[in-house]
Amino acid sequence: MAIPGQQPLSHLEEFMEGIWKQNPVFVMVLGMCPVLAVSVSAVNALSMGVATTFVLLCSTLLVSLIRNVVPKEVRIATYIVIIATFVTVVDYLIAAISLAVYEALGAFIQLIVVNCIILGRAEAHASKNPPLRTAVNALGMGAGFTIGLFALGSVREILGAGKLFGVALFGPDFQPWVVMVLPPGGFFVLGAWLLLFNWLKNRAAGSAGKLAEGGAHG
Amino acid sequence: MTGKSPRIELRAAPHVKRPVGVETIMRNVVLALLPIAAFSVWQYGLSALALLVTATLACLATERWVNRLAGGPNTLSDWSATITGLLLGLTLPPSFPLWMAAVAGFAAIALGKALFGGLGHNVFNPALVGRAFVQAAFPVSITTWVPAYAPDRFTSFIPTTFTLPFMTPPDISAWAKAAVDGFTGATPLARWKFENLLATPADLLSGAVTASAGETSALLILACGLYLAARRFLDWRIPVAVLGAAALTAWAFQFAGPERYPDPAFVLLSGGLMLGAVFMATDMATSPVTPKGVWIYGATIGVLTVMIRYFGGLTEGVMYAILIGNALAPLIDQYTQPRVFGARGRRA
Repeated sequence: MAIPGQQPLSHLEEFMEGIWKQNPVFVMVLGMCPVLAVSVSAVNALSMGVATTFVLLCSTLLVSLIRNVVPKEVRIATYIVIIATFVTVVDYLIAAISLAVYEALGAFIQLIVVNCIILGRAEAHASKNPPLRTAVNALGMGAGFTIGLFALGSVREILGAGKLFGVALFGPDFQPWVVMVLPPGGFFVLGAWLLLFNWLKNRAAGSAGKLAEGGAHG
Repeated sequence: MTGKSPRIELRAAPHVKRPVGVETIMRNVVLALLPIAAFSVWQYGLSALALLVTATLACLATERWVNRLAGGPNTLSDWSATITGLLLGLTLPPSFPLWMAAVAGFAAIALGKALFGGLGHNVFNPALVGRAFVQAAFPVSITTWVPAYAPDRFTSFIPTTFTLPFMTPPDISAWAKAAVDGFTGATPLARWKFENLLATPADLLSGAVTASAGETSALLILACGLYLAARRFLDWRIPVAVLGAAALTAWAFQFAGPERYPDPAFVLLSGGLMLGAVFMATDMATSPVTPKGVWIYGATIGVLTVMIRYFGGLTEGVMYAILIGNALAPLIDQYTQPRVFGARGRRA
């Protein structure tokens, strides 16, 4: 995000924002409802991630294009209408492409409309930035969200069913961990990933700090 | 002025302390658990021994690993992880595969204790957290029961014990039938719930029934609890409140419908109520501290246990009753604070 008085981010940095520094799942912990509910299997998680990315990209792009036209007082209503439009598009698209995925995701496709990542991006980024920059940022955010969902979905599918993308990994004798496909499993796995992500981040920050220190002394 | 003045220590309360540390208490609880563990091995043989050892080692290894991650001191020597492991092993069925027991031990320490900040900060009894985790993860294995006193129990293992990690244990109903004639594969509670058959109090007292590794002999558990209570390592009010409330509730139900509900003695002696009331509800970190609060806490657990047994989908309710009691403990403490000496009004 461009902060006044600071060097604007390069497009690559803008893209990486959503994947690493402001990852919607692991850092901002936003949109937890779909993250916990549809991450039962890797396919569901990926479809949800792609659907959300599509809505995110299209709606933030449109919001960015009309950012100087929309009166400040009605901006939220405008954003919601735009987002709802693209959610309807995605809803019909998924139903047409794969009915199985459509039924597995259920109401959570329609609920993308109230996903706080999308409204948050529209309000915090798209309404203040030119279209290209917004699109890059939205793509990064969408990718970060998809990665987060896939991280949960793959672990839950592997432990909860012994499969990944429906392919059995451990043979027919695998003992499924029923708890992993139940809601508590979602919280456990999310917690474990948050732990790992923060540990990695701290380590990265620690080594960067040491490097900077070493540089200053050297 | 005389040269000598009495030495006055200026310190905050408490001024009188008992010269007993956490380590001493925990070591005594382990001692009190050992006879129960030994009896369990006598009943179920090598498999029970392997189960108890695995659960305990998993707890100890997890505790050590968490110590290293946190960079804190080694807390294995306070014996608390050993207690968690032993208790956990005693609550599992003797035929439970060892790899699942290791998962339970890991969940007990990692989820039940370390995440909250270690001993004394945990909200829930770690052993029960571990058991609840495997109950949700492996519902079939944790309700597969084997007969006690199988003739070859000291020479061979139960077939499910050495199931390969992540694999489904084999079906053992044929093995159990061959081992003990007329074995039905149900605990006394399940037989009451689904077949309306009551076990005799004598069988329940001596432990000649089908159950988890350590919840069989009510008499032995009571004796070990008496030792701890006599040395004041556990609050006697908690088991008394739990068992009293459970008995009263069971009595009320039996009074209302004698043909539907069992007598209080059966409720007290069957399942894990004894073990839970004496060794798990009394966990110091997860029970209230005020005397009045302890009564409320124990009574809640007793009533909930009977309610879950009678009206829940599961046959046994002690685990969830104690976990709910643990969750209520801070609230109970808050509302049962004694009046501060000399202060006016209810709360100072």
